Amino acid sequence: MASDVAIEVKNLYKIFGPNPQRGYERVRNGLDKEALLAESAHILGLNDVSLTIERGEIFVVMGLSGSGKSTLIRHFNRLIEPTAGSIIVDGVDVLALSYEDLQTLRRKKMSMVFQRFALLPHRTILRNVSYGLEIQGVATDERERRAAEWIEAVGLTGYENHYPAQLSGGMQQRVGLARALCTDPEILLMDEAFSALDPLIRSQMQDQLIELQARLKKTIVFITHDLDEALRLGDHIAILKDGVISQIGTPAEILLEPADAYVRAFVKDVNRARALTVETVMRPPELRLTDEDLEAALTEMKRTGATRGFLVDKQGYRGIVTRDAVDKAISKTPHPAISAIAEEGPSAPVGATIADALPGTLESDHPLAIVDKDGTLVGVVNRDRLGEILAPPDHEDESRTEPSRAAA
Amino acid sequence: MSWLTEFPAMDPDTLRELKKAIDSGFLQFSRTYGDAIEYAFEPVKFLLIHSERLLIETPWPIIVLAIAAIAWLASRSVKIVAGAVITLLLIGYFDMWEDTMKTVSMTFVCTLLSIVVGIPIGVAMSRSNRLQSLVTPILDVMQTMPSFVYLIPVVMLLGIGKVPGLLAVVIYAIPPIIRLTNLGIRLVDKDLLEAADAFGSSKWQKLRDVQMPLALPTIMAGINQTIMMALAMVVIASMIGVQGLGQQVLKSISNQYFTLGVFNGLAIVGIAIIFDRISQAYGRRMQKYQEAVHGL
Repeated sequence: MASDVAIEVKNLYKIFGPNPQRGYERVRNGLDKEALLAESAHILGLNDVSLTIERGEIFVVMGLSGSGKSTLIRHFNRLIEPTAGSIIVDGVDVLALSYEDLQTLRRKKMSMVFQRFALLPHRTILRNVSYGLEIQGVATDERERRAAEWIEAVGLTGYENHYPAQLSGGMQQRVGLARALCTDPEILLMDEAFSALDPLIRSQMQDQLIELQARLKKTIVFITHDLDEALRLGDHIAILKDGVISQIGTPAEILLEPADAYVRAFVKDVNRARALTVETVMRPPELRLTDEDLEAALTEMKRTGATRGFLVDKQGYRGIVTRDAVDKAISKTPHPAISAIAEEGPSAPVGATIADALPGTLESDHPLAIVDKDGTLVGVVNRDRLGEILAPPDHEDESRTEPSRAAA
Repeated sequence: MSWLTEFPAMDPDTLRELKKAIDSGFLQFSRTYGDAIEYAFEPVKFLLIHSERLLIETPWPIIVLAIAAIAWLASRSVKIVAGAVITLLLIGYFDMWEDTMKTVSMTFVCTLLSIVVGIPIGVAMSRSNRLQSLVTPILDVMQTMPSFVYLIPVVMLLGIGKVPGLLAVVIYAIPPIIRLTNLGIRLVDKDLLEAADAFGSSKWQKLRDVQMPLALPTIMAGINQTIMMALAMVVIASMIGVQGLGQQVLKSISNQYFTLGVFNGLAIVGIAIIFDRISQAYGRRMQKYQEAVHGL
């Protein structure tokens, strides 16, 4: 339990067909999905997938249909047996588990939310939510009490005795979520859980998931074909294509440093201003001035060649001091305090999206300062950097987006 | 060229010998094991006798009330209840009460036995494709073989009476319940089975919580058909001594009593309709959860 790794997958292969082992040999020798299909009618589901999912994070697996993402998630609880590879959940080799131990794992450690809800139509909402506990053999009173709590947590109180068909899609999926959470699993597998919902409801469900996750700190593996959803929810995102992982990274890494043409094509149409938060693109301030006297500030500016400095004191970020203002002030006697010549520049809190900070930044000549909740300056984003981030990545741009790695 | 004009059939003597051999073999079998088999059916015989006695000896108003109550519980429909009561009263008024009760009793026990034997076979079939391909042709034979034909070995084995009648009826009536149990379970949504697996259900839990309840409407359709076929066969089984309405029909055929035949025939139609409506209404009521009532 001490480890921070919830799920570790190494060199996972899945080949569908009459003779997967032979197909596996062929894939090891370099055949890709299409070539394998043409040669032997075997379908390559997963090709050498390795990934690490940390405890308490939302890990998103993104890919188009047929990319193998649903196949991948079903390996974690062994609804699908791999052809080769290893799956370690909480330090336990899932592939070595006996049928009984696997059942225990599915009952207690992991639960699943499905794209098409998969609620039991003949059971009421209460009995659907308590289903997992019923399988475990928990007494009726106890499981109904716990189910009622989760029904409340997803906002469906009052619907306990309705049947799934009487609820809308969004409500049904909230039942699915409550059912999965009711067994108090450590790991939640969500297979395109919101894909069947219309956009408004989907966005509400995403909010609800983020809100629940802030409280619960589960490990969530979330499958989606929607990049916006992936960027919104994911702490890390794995992009899957034809059973191969194209890239694994944070949302900012995926957006700013797409690993290959496939990912690049994917992220091209994303509204980056909405998808990126300011701290993911900020850089260290060029010059940080503490509450010193003007001469010291001027010396620093001369030494670094900076045209402006960011004034910080014990209370945190105070504003921007330009070279011009320093020059002007130093000619006066007595010298005014440095805080008196600081100008107020645009600033944004950590967690704000670029879109939130953009209007203020455009109105001002100064760079955007990023402050945390204590008011401390944590970084800046200047206008050039903003332009660079908001421009969609092209092949030629690769060198330009490169430096962001250094900043991160 | 005689093989062209006349089919080159087996030599008549050989054929006769073959039939004789099979017959005597079966006769030998029934002489050896007949008693044992009869003994094995003792509990069924007990059930038959007692259910018949119960239906006949209970005062008729109680029976009418009981059937009305069952109809109400199953269908919640005043129309079906009223129809059942009127039909029963008419049957009684035309003096066919006792024969009807005998037929109802026989049909009831046969249906019960078909369910008890048929559902497990259907479940087993749904789990194994090999078993399905093995059982399906047997069911085909059972359903297409003229029903009179399997009266013969049954009579040879067990003689004449209730038990051989019951055996013949069950053989004839059991295929639909087996088929539809198998079908109902196979039709259960794969997503739901996957969900059951993902929550760690055992096979038994999956059957109990997911497969059986969702297959139940289909199984009910099978039970309904089984009841109808049992009723039809109970009449034919009167030829081997099963008492009831069928015997009166048989009597009216041999004596050309037209009215007797029609009255008893109509009584059979009457109880068939009662059984059918009640079991169908019950099947429909079980699917009520599927009705979407948004905005409640």
